[in-house]
Amino acid sequence: MIRVDGLSLRVGSFALSGVTFEVPDGGYAVLMGATGSGKTCLIEAICGLRPISDGRIEVGNRRVERLDPADRGIGYVPQDGALFPAMTVREQVELPLRVRKVRRAEVRARAGQVAEMLGIEAIMSRTPRGLSGGERQRVALARAMVFQPGVICLDEPFSALDEPTRLGMYDMIESLRRRTGMTALHVTHSSDEAQRLGDIVLRLEHGHVNSRPNPSLNNASRA
Amino acid sequence: MTARTGTRRVSQRLFLGASAAVMGAYAALLLAMLAAMVLYTSPAALVQTFQSREIRHAAALSLVTSTIAAIVSLWVAVPTGYLLARFRFPGKRLLDLLFDIPILLPPLVVGIALLIMFRTIPGRWFEGSVFLVTYETPAIILAQFTVACAFAVRTMRVTFEGIDPRMEDVARTLGCSRGSAFFHVTLREARPGVIAAGTLAWARALGEFGPVLVFAGTTRMKTEVLPTSVFLEWNLGEIEGALAVSILLVLIAVVVLGATRMLGLPRGGL
Repeated sequence: MIRVDGLSLRVGSFALSGVTFEVPDGGYAVLMGATGSGKTCLIEAICGLRPISDGRIEVGNRRVERLDPADRGIGYVPQDGALFPAMTVREQVELPLRVRKVRRAEVRARAGQVAEMLGIEAIMSRTPRGLSGGERQRVALARAMVFQPGVICLDEPFSALDEPTRLGMYDMIESLRRRTGMTALHVTHSSDEAQRLGDIVLRLEHGHVNSRPNPSLNNASRA
Repeated sequence: MTARTGTRRVSQRLFLGASAAVMGAYAALLLAMLAAMVLYTSPAALVQTFQSREIRHAAALSLVTSTIAAIVSLWVAVPTGYLLARFRFPGKRLLDLLFDIPILLPPLVVGIALLIMFRTIPGRWFEGSVFLVTYETPAIILAQFTVACAFAVRTMRVTFEGIDPRMEDVARTLGCSRGSAFFHVTLREARPGVIAAGTLAWARALGEFGPVLVFAGTTRMKTEVLPTSVFLEWNLGEIEGALAVSILLVLIAVVVLGATRMLGLPRGGL
């Protein structure tokens, strides 16, 4: 579960004020809004990468707004994946476990499981150079999921992908939801993407968030 | 082929040709300089130089001191370059300017400044209570370090500026502290820059002459390094000897820098 209550922040002349919304456990919320409406600012603030001036952020009933990004239990997938160029895919996926001092055998096992779920076993020894857009986003998602965070935040993860790849990624997200019951906050510009993936549609307008269930969705059939 | 396409091709060829001509002219100047050195020196002078106990000592001292100076320079340049590249803080511009002073100052002045520094009360206390620096081996290292580190700082700053800070942000969401994000991600991405800074600092330290001459002196078998050997040979009127030592200096630099770059960088790097 992620709950944001009265969140305010200011970046230069831009401000978000009193942003409030909630995504229940296992829920998939899509955050929409015009360019420059502050979607990325909001998601970065939730991940701890941008200071907030007021408000509270809860992840799984734990207040996290004062915690370091490392301690918030939020997996973050930025727009272009932001893969580390000098690391192999395996090193990137294993990094969150290695910094948590997980035993080596368990690191291998958990990284292998996530790689299998996301279909990236064949590219584990490669570096990001030469990976396709879809592969890069799968790796970024694997890296964000491997430490089993309470929430995954995705910032326009599929905006740079061609349509067939994007449709494949939607299938993959739906499959991941069925297998892991992940809670997610997903920023997108695409109404199709929002309708296809979101249980909840959040719309960021004039510094405020309006929340509504996805009208085109039969939630029962997704569960 | 349209007339416009033809003009564009001619223009591209002209551009590439002009660039290659400029590059070739500089390479030709350096090759001509090296060739002149080699042709002016007789094989006998080279052999005599390589067999000289004093020159061998100077070569060993040069290698050891420049390597220590380069390592210490990197140790200072990595965090300094990182802070300058990533953070805004009061006095940053002044610090930035300060770190350029060893590059801007005539090398001799750096030596004089170091010498005077150790004539002040804190400098005298240090030499009296800790260890001797002036006209000793530490003076060579400090003189080399003072100049070489400025180049390493500049290189590391540019390197860190070229690495997307979002990499560290993402690493922090993955569980890294700021420090571990730096060591696991940023420093790893900066590896070519670290090698460039290290080789630049080492090469600069190896060739350092002015500050070493003033601050460490040129005592044979004690504080004589290869650049000061060249100076001594030249002063004695031994032009062939001076050139032979210079050739030795060039050979050492080429072997060490070549090996470092081959071992430490991806193909085509630096």
